[in-house]
Amino acid sequence: MLFKPLNPSILAMPIIDTKLLTKKFNGLTAVDKVSLQVKKGEIFGLLGPNGAGKTTFISMLVTMKRPTSGEAKVNGFDIASEPMGVRKSLGIVFQDQALDEELTAYENLDLHAALYGIPRAKREKRILEVLEMVELDSRKNDLVKTFSGGMRRRLEIARGLIHYPKVLFLDEPTLGLDPQTRKHIWEYISKLRKEHGVTILLTTHYMEEANSLCDRVAIIDHGKIIALDAPSALKDSLGGDTLLIECPHPEKLAKLLKGKKGIKDSRIHDHSLTLMVERGEKQIPLVMQIADGGKIEVTSISLHKPTLDDVFLHYTGRTIREETASGADSMKMHMRAWRKSK
Amino acid sequence: MNQELQAIYFLWKRELIRFFRSKSRIVGSLAMPFFFLVMLGFGIGGMMPVDTNTPNYMDYIAPGILGMVLLFASLFSGIIVLMDKQFGFLKETLVAPVSRVSIVLGKALGGATTAVLQGILMLFLMMLMGINIPLESLPSLIAIMFLISISFVSLGIAIASFMEDMHGFQLIMNFLIFPLFFLSGALFPLDGLPPIIKFISYLDPLTYGVDALRLSLLGTSQFHVALDMGVLVGFLIVTTVIAAYLFRRIES
Repeated sequence: MLFKPLNPSILAMPIIDTKLLTKKFNGLTAVDKVSLQVKKGEIFGLLGPNGAGKTTFISMLVTMKRPTSGEAKVNGFDIASEPMGVRKSLGIVFQDQALDEELTAYENLDLHAALYGIPRAKREKRILEVLEMVELDSRKNDLVKTFSGGMRRRLEIARGLIHYPKVLFLDEPTLGLDPQTRKHIWEYISKLRKEHGVTILLTTHYMEEANSLCDRVAIIDHGKIIALDAPSALKDSLGGDTLLIECPHPEKLAKLLKGKKGIKDSRIHDHSLTLMVERGEKQIPLVMQIADGGKIEVTSISLHKPTLDDVFLHYTGRTIREETASGADSMKMHMRAWRKSK
Repeated sequence: MNQELQAIYFLWKRELIRFFRSKSRIVGSLAMPFFFLVMLGFGIGGMMPVDTNTPNYMDYIAPGILGMVLLFASLFSGIIVLMDKQFGFLKETLVAPVSRVSIVLGKALGGATTAVLQGILMLFLMMLMGINIPLESLPSLIAIMFLISISFVSLGIAIASFMEDMHGFQLIMNFLIFPLFFLSGALFPLDGLPPIIKFISYLDPLTYGVDALRLSLLGTSQFHVALDMGVLVGFLIVTTVIAAYLFRRIES
């Protein structure tokens, strides 16, 4: 044999592997027996409301906090016994800004590269490379305190990549950014995985973020993982799409539609009909055809696809939105505003 | 090891870059000691009889004022770690693959260097005011200043390691920095003090720092130079070990 077959167990080895990882603070369990595996090269999302334990979970994985019990490996290194190996393997963008505002963008990156042991000869090349990637090369000699929130985030992402980490942790990467900048950051994150093959673990309480970026999502609440799968699978598990049809005689339409392929269930209200269907967009023309054939007047049809918020609602009885409209968020915004005004 | 040295060097450099960018802080930190020197030097010095055998009062307090510059600058630059803690930058260093001891060393050496630079600026101001600064003692003077500064930066880092935010700073100012300064013999000889206060002032490490500075500048001192240096080196070792120990325990 010319080639030795690769050991499949190495290929399959998860880059992040936690077993019953737990963190308690004075009686409160912030992370409760979390066991999960993140595969090489995937974008993995932790979705949950503020205070669900996402940041604490990440803090343990990046060796900033010691777990109360349980264990975890990052890139094969144990977080408790081999913290230096773990630290060398990862890059992180913290939820709160961690840049030195008195330094320029270049100086921030240079300091970071030095801390990660990158030799002088390689530092400049890598710094320019990552600055170009986040389109900040023209501002490299400006003080960070003159940067906008979005620029700071981009700079932090660049910094997290300078030492070519195996895993990049992003803790609420778009918190407090305007929608346009948020989209922009999403593009960078997708590009990172495509071009560098880096594994990304991100936390978020924005469903759209988890939905559009992540290969797999773990929904976390009160420190526990309550569901874990691809976003589409999580949504599908709720039983498909809903069609809301308004018409004067819903009972007639329901009778005609009964038993048709793709229609799972129906509920009749006063002047409307709710249908549980598979692939709702394909059902709309069918419904219209049948209504036409039965000479039934239809006023409107609307399609509702389940969101991750519906998944969260399904498992917890609450929505993430409700949770997030709490004081913690606005508090954070105030802090940020205050820092910027300084 | 090489990587640790590189980290120490860059953390040191960071302190210097920040120092040279904040001109207003330099002026601010030199203003109070300078006013002390001028007001007390002329005010109290003017009340004293002119005696050609002993140095005049302005010359006498010059080493004390220098000690004040070092004490304030270095303790402050240690406690400023709190700002890094509050404003997030500390996390960036804490997750880096660098030992915490190196982080403390880089910070302490950087803070001490900026404190010594402020000390040198103060020496320059003193020369402008006509105080005699023997240039040949400059190397020993800088060495003593550095020794004093590293110790107090480390003390500052140790304090910052268990403080949550800057609210306690006023307490430290009133109950640590000012007593350390006033009891150090910076402004008056310790001989005339009541025994209890005299005893406390002998516990003040800055007493030996000011004494060593005075020996270097005026050629006279209260204690033997070996005692001064012994206490300063001992204090340096104790504070850096405590700082490194407390800093290692920080969890974010």
